[in-house]
Amino acid sequence: MNRRLDVLVCSGAACVSSHSAQVRSALAREIEAQGLGDEIRLVETGCMGPCELGPVLLIYPDGVFYIHVSQDDVAEIVDEHFLKGRPVRRLLWETPESRKIAEEKKQIPFFEKQHKIVLVNCGEIDPESIREYIASGGYEALGRALTEGTPGQLIETMIASKLRGRGGAGFPTGLKWQFVAREPGSTKTIVCNADEGDPGAFMDRSLLEGDPHAVIEGMAIAAYAVGATHGYVYVRAEYPLAIRRLKHAIDQARDAGLLGSDVLETGFSFDIEVRIGAGAFVCGEETALIASIEGERGMPRTRPPYPSTSGVFGQPTLINNAETWGNVRHIILNGAEWFAAIGTPSSPGTKVFALSGKVVNTGLVEVPMGTTLREVIFDIGGGIPDGKAFKAVQTGGPSGGCIPAEHLDTPIDYESLKKLGAIMGSGGIIVMDEDNCMVNIAKYFLDFTCDESCGKCVPCRVGTRQMLGLLEKITAGHGESDDIDKLRTLGKVIAETSLCGLGQSAPNPVLSTIEHFGHEYEAHIHEHRCDAKVCTSMIRFEIDREACKACDKCRRVCPVSAISGTPGKPPYLLDAQTCIRCGRCIEACPFGAIAIESGEPN
Amino acid sequence: MKLEELRQIRERASKELSLRKGEARAKIVIGMGTSGIAAGARDVMAAFLDEIAVRNLTDVVVTQTGERGLASSEPIVEVRIDGAQSVTYGLMTAERARRVVVEHIVNGNVVSDFVIETRG
Repeated sequence: MNRRLDVLVCSGAACVSSHSAQVRSALAREIEAQGLGDEIRLVETGCMGPCELGPVLLIYPDGVFYIHVSQDDVAEIVDEHFLKGRPVRRLLWETPESRKIAEEKKQIPFFEKQHKIVLVNCGEIDPESIREYIASGGYEALGRALTEGTPGQLIETMIASKLRGRGGAGFPTGLKWQFVAREPGSTKTIVCNADEGDPGAFMDRSLLEGDPHAVIEGMAIAAYAVGATHGYVYVRAEYPLAIRRLKHAIDQARDAGLLGSDVLETGFSFDIEVRIGAGAFVCGEETALIASIEGERGMPRTRPPYPSTSGVFGQPTLINNAETWGNVRHIILNGAEWFAAIGTPSSPGTKVFALSGKVVNTGLVEVPMGTTLREVIFDIGGGIPDGKAFKAVQTGGPSGGCIPAEHLDTPIDYESLKKLGAIMGSGGIIVMDEDNCMVNIAKYFLDFTCDESCGKCVPCRVGTRQMLGLLEKITAGHGESDDIDKLRTLGKVIAETSLCGLGQSAPNPVLSTIEHFGHEYEAHIHEHRCDAKVCTSMIRFEIDREACKACDKCRRVCPVSAISGTPGKPPYLLDAQTCIRCGRCIEACPFGAIAIESGEPN
Repeated sequence: MKLEELRQIRERASKELSLRKGEARAKIVIGMGTSGIAAGARDVMAAFLDEIAVRNLTDVVVTQTGERGLASSEPIVEVRIDGAQSVTYGLMTAERARRVVVEHIVNGNVVSDFVIETRG
C-alpha cells in the first residue's frame, strides 16, 4: 500500500535534549495502536531550525508544522490529525504579534525569508538513510564529476563560483583547490574542519547531524579534483550525535561503493576517517588541527608553509570547513553561474547562522549573503523577547565583534562586517538587549580566549591575560581613566603580533565594544555606574517601602542574612554592606518590591 | 556500483520522498469526520492507497479532512487535479474508489454517477 503521510520528527541535538526521542516512540506506539502503520511513515531528521520551539514535527504532504510537542500530545495528534484529518491547532505556530496561526510550514515567517542550499536536506530527510540522500539527488554531483569533464574543469567551476570559505576567513575555495592540485606528489589529503568552538555556534554540528552525506560528497569531489586519496573529518568529542551519524554515513557510502577503492567503478579511490578532537578552541585553527590529527599536541605553527604545501604528515592538504563542503555538490550540479548569482557579487551564496541570545526564535537559519542583520534578527528571529530594546549583535564569536543598533541595516557579507570591527566568523549570531552590559560581554569573551590560548606565543598567552585583568578591574569598580587606552594599545599589539588567528582576533570583542559602546566603559570607570545592572560591584538592591508586605520570604532565602524585619510589620530593611547582590530575594519576592539600582544612592 | 546503478536507485527511491516534495498532480481528500469513518471512509481510503500503489502513480497524494456537513452522503471524497475542476464524490465504497482512480485520475474522465458537487 502507498504511504499517505510522512511524519518528520526533528532529531537534531536541541530537539533530542527536549525529549524528541520520547515523542517519536510515543508516535510509533500510537500509530500502531490505531492500525495506521502501513499508511504513515515516521522519519527522524536533522535540525529543522527553530530550536527554541522543540520538539518540532513536520507532517507531509500537507506541510503542517507542530511545535513544543510532548508525549501527552501524541494521542490527540494521531487520533485527530492522522486519522481524522483535523490538525491540532493548539500545537501550530502562532505569530506573537499578529496572533495568526500558520497552517503550513511555508507560511511561518521564520522559514519564509530563508534560502536553503547547504541545509536543503536538513530536517527533510532521514540522515541515517543513504537511500533518502540518493533520492534527493545525492551523489549525482560526484557521479558527474567522475565521469564528465576533467579535474581541471572542476577546479575552474569552483573558482568561477566565487565560493569563499565558510569557516570565517572567507578565502576563495576554488583557489585553495588549485594550490593543492598544483602541488607535486601522489599522496594528498582532504580535511573537513568541523571543530566548531565558538560559544553559541552549532552550524557544523547541525549539518553533520542532519545531512552527513553532503559533507562526504563534497570532500570526495574535491579529492578527485586535486588528486587526493585520503580524507579526515575533524570533529569534537562533544558532538556525539554528529559523530555517530557521520560514521554511519561513511560506512553506508563505503558499502554502496561511493567511498573506498574504485568509486562508482571509475578507478578513483578515496576514503574518509573521523578524527575526534578533545574540544580545544585553538584546534579550529588549521595548523593546530593538523597537528592534532597527527597525534601531536594541538598547537599552531607559523605559515608558510601553508597546509596546501605541507599539511597532514607533511603532505599537501586541502582543508575546508564543513559548511563549505556542503556547498560543493550544489555548485557542481547547478553550475558556477547559478551560485554566483545568489547573494552579493563579492560574497556569493548563502550563509548558515546559529541564532541565539536575546531573540524570540533561536535556532538555525540559512540566508543569502547580503541579507541585513535586521532581517535576520527581526524578520526571521522574531525580534527581542519581553518587549526589551535591542542593544547589540555579536557575530563571529570570541573572534568577532559587537555591532550596535545604528548598523542593523548592514548587509551580511565578509567585507561589511569587517568594516564594523566584527567578522563573519563561522556563523554564530548572539543578540543582546538592554540588560546586557557590554563591558561584561567583552570580559566574558576575553575570559574564553584567555582560557583557550594554547600558550605558544607571548602576545596571546600574556597579552590576553593582561587585557582580562584590566576588564576585571573595570567591572569591579576600580577602573582608572587610562585603562581604555591601555586596552586599545594592548589589543593592537596582540592582534598584530600573535602567531595564529586565535590571538590575532582575540581583542576584537574588546576593541569593538570600546568603539561602539565607549560610553559604557566611561560610565563604569568614572561614575561607577553599570546601566544594564549587571556588574555587581556597581549595583545595589533596594526594598520599596510601599510595596513590601513583610511576608518574610526574602529574609528566609538571603544567604548572608542581609535582610531584617518582622513578619507582618513592613517595611523590611536590606543592609547594602552585607548584601552580595545574588538576586535570590528578587526571585522570592511575590510583590516585586525589590529593585536593582545602579550608581550612588540619590 | 556504477553511476547508472546509482541513478536507478534514485529512480526507485525518489517515490519514497514524493510526499515531501509537494509536486502532486492530483490530490484525493477523504472526509474522515466521525460520520465519514462510521460510513466506511477508512476502507475507501485503503482502497485509494492500494490502487495508487498498484498502478504506480507517484504524483497523487491522499489526504484527509474533517466533517463536510453532508452526513447522508458519506463517505465523501474530493478529487483535485491541477488545472481542472475539483470534483466531490459521495456514497463512496472501496470499489467506487478504484473506479475513480482508473477513470478520473488516470484517464481524466469524471465518474459522473457519484458526483455530488463540482467546483472550479
